Amino acid sequence: MNEPLLKATNVSKYFGKRTAVDEVSLELWPGEVLAVVGESGSGKTTLLDCLAGRARPDVGRVEYQTRHEGVKDIHALAEAERRLLARTDWGYVHQSPDQGLRMGVSAGANVGERLMALGARHYGNIRDEATDWLTRVEMDPARIDESPRSFSGGMRQRLQIARNLVTRPRLVFMDEPTSGLDVSVQARLLDLLRSLTRSLPLAAIVVTHDLAVARLLAHRLMVMKDGRAVESGLTDQVLDDPQHPYTQLLVSSVLHP
Amino acid sequence: MNAPVAIAAEARAAARENQYNFAYLDERTKRMIRRAILKAVAIPGYQVPFGSREMPLPYGWGTGGIQVTASIIGPRDVLKVIDQGADDTVNAVNIRRFFQRTTGVAVTDRTAEATLIQTRHRIPETPLAAGQIMVYQVPVPEPLQRLEPREAESRRMHALGEYGLMHVKLYEDIARFGRIATAYDYPVMVNGRYMMSPSPIPKFDNPKLHMSPALQLFGAGREKRIYAVPPWTRVESLDFEDHPFEVQKWASTCALCGSGGSFLDEVITDDRGGRMFLCSDTDYCRRRRDATA
Repeated sequence: MNEPLLKATNVSKYFGKRTAVDEVSLELWPGEVLAVVGESGSGKTTLLDCLAGRARPDVGRVEYQTRHEGVKDIHALAEAERRLLARTDWGYVHQSPDQGLRMGVSAGANVGERLMALGARHYGNIRDEATDWLTRVEMDPARIDESPRSFSGGMRQRLQIARNLVTRPRLVFMDEPTSGLDVSVQARLLDLLRSLTRSLPLAAIVVTHDLAVARLLAHRLMVMKDGRAVESGLTDQVLDDPQHPYTQLLVSSVLHP
Repeated sequence: MNAPVAIAAEARAAARENQYNFAYLDERTKRMIRRAILKAVAIPGYQVPFGSREMPLPYGWGTGGIQVTASIIGPRDVLKVIDQGADDTVNAVNIRRFFQRTTGVAVTDRTAEATLIQTRHRIPETPLAAGQIMVYQVPVPEPLQRLEPREAESRRMHALGEYGLMHVKLYEDIARFGRIATAYDYPVMVNGRYMMSPSPIPKFDNPKLHMSPALQLFGAGREKRIYAVPPWTRVESLDFEDHPFEVQKWASTCALCGSGGSFLDEVITDDRGGRMFLCSDTDYCRRRRDATA
């Protein structure tokens, strides 16, 4: 494949007079993991929402290489098509699993929801698939009928990932997937994400303020400040030899125990 | 219409209480509701908003059904009102008397004789005929309400036909109880397009909605929605391939008429475990007993 999977050109988003995202362009290739780092309020999440079709950018285009119909401008798609794309070929992992899960129904129903939305009507098959995905995200399949309320934060986050990956998407958007978890759980989750992106293969855009997460997961890194992409490049290159003063500040601010 | 019937209708019309407009509602309201009904019939299963009026009884007692009935009833209609299948329960008796007083129409408890049947919780066992109209009283018109609390979102799901969520509920039933435990208000797809709540009828009655020769109108007064299933429309109950839709079955038959094919109510007769099963449709039961007597 010699076309990028996702291509954003000069994406800007304003909230009134305030500029949240200012002329950001990026390309994401199949199987590639891109991390977007920056401090709170730098427009990371707004950019992610624009890319994922959840918010409409005021300026710019977001194009996606669909499976069968070539390159499409996702904001020019009809709402029905965009929602179908979002629940088949894409995933979206929320920072807080409560937002991404249906807390009122069991783990199995959470994983099976996308399948049922796509027309799966065989209970046994849906359940088998859910069991398989719980195993893949290293959860105990015996807990398939339990409510997500009975799960710990780390397990909820893994359940959210399973729920998104069940339709085998090619692109997953992750908004701070590991913040709010303690370090050992974070490490296991990162390990899981790394093996999943490698084995599936899966492209991902990970928004994080944690440079260690970016270092572990991402092939490429984009640094944002005040809505602008100030620096981007290979992860190790940016982190080991930061060019922009803000990136230098960011790298030097990391605590080393 | 022949002469004696016309005279009888005139006599009844004279008996109606004239301080109210015919059928209680004013003519403009009736026209507004009829417009909503026409739209509902044109889009089977789609919930049409309407300006529900204050009625002389509380929400939950059938204000939606009464407004629909009041808008379409004419002096020559023959009205039957049932509540839980019975013609003689409080809700049915009061609604029937309300329409007798405000319209003077003929009333009946025989399904076959009625032109207009207002119902709560049941569809009569006697098959409906072309030309009859069923009016259902609906407490919650939105089948997705329990699953998706945001109404803007559930309307969008209807618009885009995204109904996977309802199967999540059925999945949850099977995971928890080993079968689809939903026994009433069982969700249906109308004409292959809109998901609809059939009102709290037992799922036993769901197959009667399918390809019915009668016009079926649903009114929700509190939620201000009207929807409809026109005659000869496909109505399919949702299910899974390996857990198909089933209706309730009983081990015994009706203690009075011996019917084995009708919806039975369990009646406790004493405090020593005595119980009997009776037809919930009182008209059906009585006619079976009359036929054998």
